[in-house]
Amino acid sequence: MSDTQARLGSNVSLAERAYRIRRNALRMGEVQGQGYIGQALGIADVLAVSYFHALAYRAEDPQWEERDRFLLSIGHYAIALYAVLIEAGILPEDELETYGGDDSRLPMSGMAAYTPGMEITGGSLGQGLGIGVGMALGLKRKRSKSFIYNLMSDGELGEGSTWEAAMSAAHHKLDNLVCVVDFNDQQADGKSTQTLSAEPVTDKFRAFGWNAERVDGNDIEAVRAAFDRARHENGGRPSAVVCDTVMCKGVPFLEAREITHFVRVEPDEWQKALDVLDAGRPA
Amino acid sequence: MTMTDARRKFTPRLADPNKPRLTTSAMIASIAGEGQRTKPAPFGHALVKLAQERPEVVGLTADLGKYTDMHVFSKAMPDRFYQMGMAEQLLMSAAAGLAREGFMPFATTYAVFAARRAYDFICMAIAEENLPVKIVCALPGLTTGYGPSHQATEDLAIFRGLPNLTIVDPCDALDIEEAVPAIADHPGPVYMRLLRGQVPLVLDEYDYRFELGKAKILREGEDVLFISAGLMTMRALDAAKELEKTGINAAVLHSPTIKPLDEASILAAVRAVPGRLVVVAENHTVIGGLGEAVAACLLRNGEAPRFRQIALPDAFLDAGALPTLHDLYGISTGGIIKSVTAWTS
Repeated sequence: MSDTQARLGSNVSLAERAYRIRRNALRMGEVQGQGYIGQALGIADVLAVSYFHALAYRAEDPQWEERDRFLLSIGHYAIALYAVLIEAGILPEDELETYGGDDSRLPMSGMAAYTPGMEITGGSLGQGLGIGVGMALGLKRKRSKSFIYNLMSDGELGEGSTWEAAMSAAHHKLDNLVCVVDFNDQQADGKSTQTLSAEPVTDKFRAFGWNAERVDGNDIEAVRAAFDRARHENGGRPSAVVCDTVMCKGVPFLEAREITHFVRVEPDEWQKALDVLDAGRPA
Repeated sequence: MTMTDARRKFTPRLADPNKPRLTTSAMIASIAGEGQRTKPAPFGHALVKLAQERPEVVGLTADLGKYTDMHVFSKAMPDRFYQMGMAEQLLMSAAAGLAREGFMPFATTYAVFAARRAYDFICMAIAEENLPVKIVCALPGLTTGYGPSHQATEDLAIFRGLPNLTIVDPCDALDIEEAVPAIADHPGPVYMRLLRGQVPLVLDEYDYRFELGKAKILREGEDVLFISAGLMTMRALDAAKELEKTGINAAVLHSPTIKPLDEASILAAVRAVPGRLVVVAENHTVIGGLGEAVAACLLRNGEAPRFRQIALPDAFLDAGALPTLHDLYGISTGGIIKSVTAWTS
């Protein structure tokens, strides 16, 4: 039985995983008093599907050669990745209290040298997909069956390097590469669609020779189905899964707040957010 | 002054109006002088040899295989070659990805495109993680008459600031052949300047072997110490022979590894003959290259000899024929002789 199948046999639902990921992220936000919590809450369902349905990995051996590689191109989503790495058992839970602090293995922006399970140093946006192309080529050279999943933001669609990589992935028929785009329509200066619109995103990827589909990124079943198609029904092409997500998902009073790149959370609101999240915990 | 006045304008200015007007060489032109001994595509052949011994070696280029001698490798080992297309950011990030999967990518393009266009990708995807990517770039400094779009006059200045990156500026075919396996043995990323096509062969006349991180004395002399890298070492050697005829004895210390600089050998050479004029010769702008690196090394170590630089000016250079341009900017053998004669008289 593969490692993935072992996890599929787990009786913990993906919704419960997503809840725990959100909870870990909120606790890290509370420690630091800030953080990209809006993005972390928004992407939690996608990460639950990634780490508890799609990816093969060994928690005790993050460098296991046969693992699927999950690249966090968007470095400031590190809080979200740490949250899922803790849930996956790759990082110990008590370490979340160090998030963003001196001597922590969990810096604010993800770096490969710091954190087990962090494959690349992201943060200079628009680099993950190109690195993914090289890794996917490398995996094919090794006749590996592993997959590359590159998580990027809608803002990164503005980087020319993203499209250099997209063209290349199709040219080299990299059907072992999945690009997951978190489309929360938010980047540093405002709404992505009003900053430099990448729409229509799926049409663009298709025009570049990719499979592309767009799903509600907070609908776990929809994300799971899209991830399955990307892996098993890709027709020999790379696949883009564009996930429309809601910033701050799961904490309604934050969802209702004016959404910005850096969602403001007052010191007394972290516990309130945890309480609200707990109240909505899946049955 | 209006903005229009300040803009760069073309003014014809041949180095010597009495000399014949030469034409800009074709792109594959060699930097070899008339009648000079050469070897064809030493990088390409050395890479094939290396790859025969090391199965992890792969080659990549960004639509410049023929112009970086990578075509020799792609022809010999087509299944280990990746044509990445005219996409230098991708070239560097894909090379990083292949390195992550255990391969040793040699990635080629022109020095201008690596240094200017792909810098952040070299910085963050390769150097920050200390991956074994070997970046080998043609047209360093002033080795084409195409003008600033192709002349990487500031590549060393750009790359010297990048942590983890080893920088090599080889002199000739022998240097290149020996540098290829040496940079492969080095565990981290390397940027190597490339001379392509028919590459001069000079250093076989000396008791010399390339060693990464080492500067070596090629010639002794009591009056002048040249410290040089890249093609300027062969120019310094030629100039030294001519200067000797006029009673000026020049030593040549060849320092093909720009970073980390072999400070011990530089200091030893400077201290060996007190009072000697130190002349750093480099195919690069006066700013941020070997000259400033040597100057800083000497000052930090309490040495302040008479010091001069032979280098390109802090300017966007002209287009034209290479010999004309080398004369114009003082990096030809004749230019060196003229400068050193003036400095020592």
